[in-house]
Amino acid sequence: MEEEFKPGEPVIEVRDLYKSFGDLHVLQGVDLTVTKGENMVVLGRSGTGKSVLIKIMVGLLKQDRGDCIVLGKEVSKQEGNDLRDLRLKIGFSFQNSALYDSMTVRENLEFPLVRNIPNLTRAEINEQVEYVLDAVGLLQTINQVPAELSGGQRKRIGIARTLILKPEIMLYDEPTAGLDPITCLEINELINEVKEKYQTTSIIITHDLTCARETGDRIAMLLDGKFLKTGTFEEVFDTDEERIKSFYDYNFIQ
Amino acid sequence: MSANKKQFVYGKSLDNAFLAVYDAYVFFIRFFREIFRGRMEFQEIVRQCYAIGNRSLLLISLTGFITGMVFTKQSRPSLSEFGATSWLPSLVAIAIVRALAPLVTALISAGKIGSSIGAELGSMRVTEQIDAMEVSAVNPFKFLVVTRVVACTIAIPVLMFYCSLVSLLGAFLNVTLNEGTSFIAFFENAFEQITFLDIWTSVAKAIAYGFTIGIVGSYQGYNASKGTEGVGKAANSAVVTSMFLIFIEEVIIVQVSNYFRI
Repeated sequence: MEEEFKPGEPVIEVRDLYKSFGDLHVLQGVDLTVTKGENMVVLGRSGTGKSVLIKIMVGLLKQDRGDCIVLGKEVSKQEGNDLRDLRLKIGFSFQNSALYDSMTVRENLEFPLVRNIPNLTRAEINEQVEYVLDAVGLLQTINQVPAELSGGQRKRIGIARTLILKPEIMLYDEPTAGLDPITCLEINELINEVKEKYQTTSIIITHDLTCARETGDRIAMLLDGKFLKTGTFEEVFDTDEERIKSFYDYNFIQ
Repeated sequence: MSANKKQFVYGKSLDNAFLAVYDAYVFFIRFFREIFRGRMEFQEIVRQCYAIGNRSLLLISLTGFITGMVFTKQSRPSLSEFGATSWLPSLVAIAIVRALAPLVTALISAGKIGSSIGAELGSMRVTEQIDAMEVSAVNPFKFLVVTRVVACTIAIPVLMFYCSLVSLLGAFLNVTLNEGTSFIAFFENAFEQITFLDIWTSVAKAIAYGFTIGIVGSYQGYNASKGTEGVGKAANSAVVTSMFLIFIEEVIIVQVSNYFRI
């Protein structure tokens, strides 16, 4: 039977997680707990292993050591249909959106829907596609191809494509990277709207402090392969730790 | 010493070569496992077949026609020395059906289709589109690889028949301009010497070549890495490896068919 999680119960648990690529030790004993309904921001400089962490959570990468338990299941031990079922509950928004560039926006959204929920009628498919596109405010782009969209629109469509499967968990990989400040604010708002509307638990990977402050219930600061500090935005940055202070100063000077 | 330091059994290059062969073997086996698992993407197979035909039809028409014409022109002096120019249609037809059409189709397709599959899948890999399929619980191997390999295996034999026909037309044009042979006389003479074994051998070759082009292009693209450089490398390796394998297969199939011929 499927395990039901109540608000406040941990849905993602990472314990003593290690991951290396050759001689490059990216994650060195990471611990993290995310509870149901929470927006957790993982903050850190580029190349500190933030994306690696969420790729392990969705089974795209395997850890060298440690546990990564998502919705009560150790991800690295899931195979075949079990992994498929788990992935259906996790939405992953890629840094570069990863839209299928040979398909229109409509086809991008239909693609996971018709393959995971067979026997839907054409009317039901259209209804669901239009609903999520409306939710991200881009219904007018339905017949466009990704090459015709702006960076912000691509991000939104990427998010819509994950929402169409009604995930319980959303993983956002650098949602505001490469966008202008106004579009960044719109994406931040969208992340918060998704949480409200779809009751998701989210992990937001970013190095953008504004995004972290606007979207995060809690923030985990990843430095040198470990979480240096976890807490609310104020708790994390009210510190004498030199590396956290310099990260804060650099971000706001930028 | 670092715990992650790689230890090589036979040296770095030899170990990497063995690993590459093993990876290709695993990919090959996975294709046969996936083809019979889950629902078949028929719509995508049809789309791919159309794309393959559409992409290479003009090129195959041109090269096939020229091959037939040039081969006839080059064969005439030797035959006329023995006063055997009347054998020209049979000779050309045998050469086209047994060897030229399958090879010309395969080599053109390796360049045109193999490289495009390698580049397309390679670009999807480096832009995380394949990962995106995986995380949305869709099997990217089934959708991208199986469909392309099946489409190549179906479309290339069809293109091979078309290439044979166009080459024969090229040959006919040359013969009729020089000897004034009629269309019916040319084709009656041409098909007189063609046996079912010749046709089946050609079909077997085209199926093998089509499968090779599809699987090699998909393997190179699916496993591309290192950004845009990797995409170019995948496209290039797809062509070079396919062509190399096509010639090896040609030798093997000719040996086997000759065994039956005797």
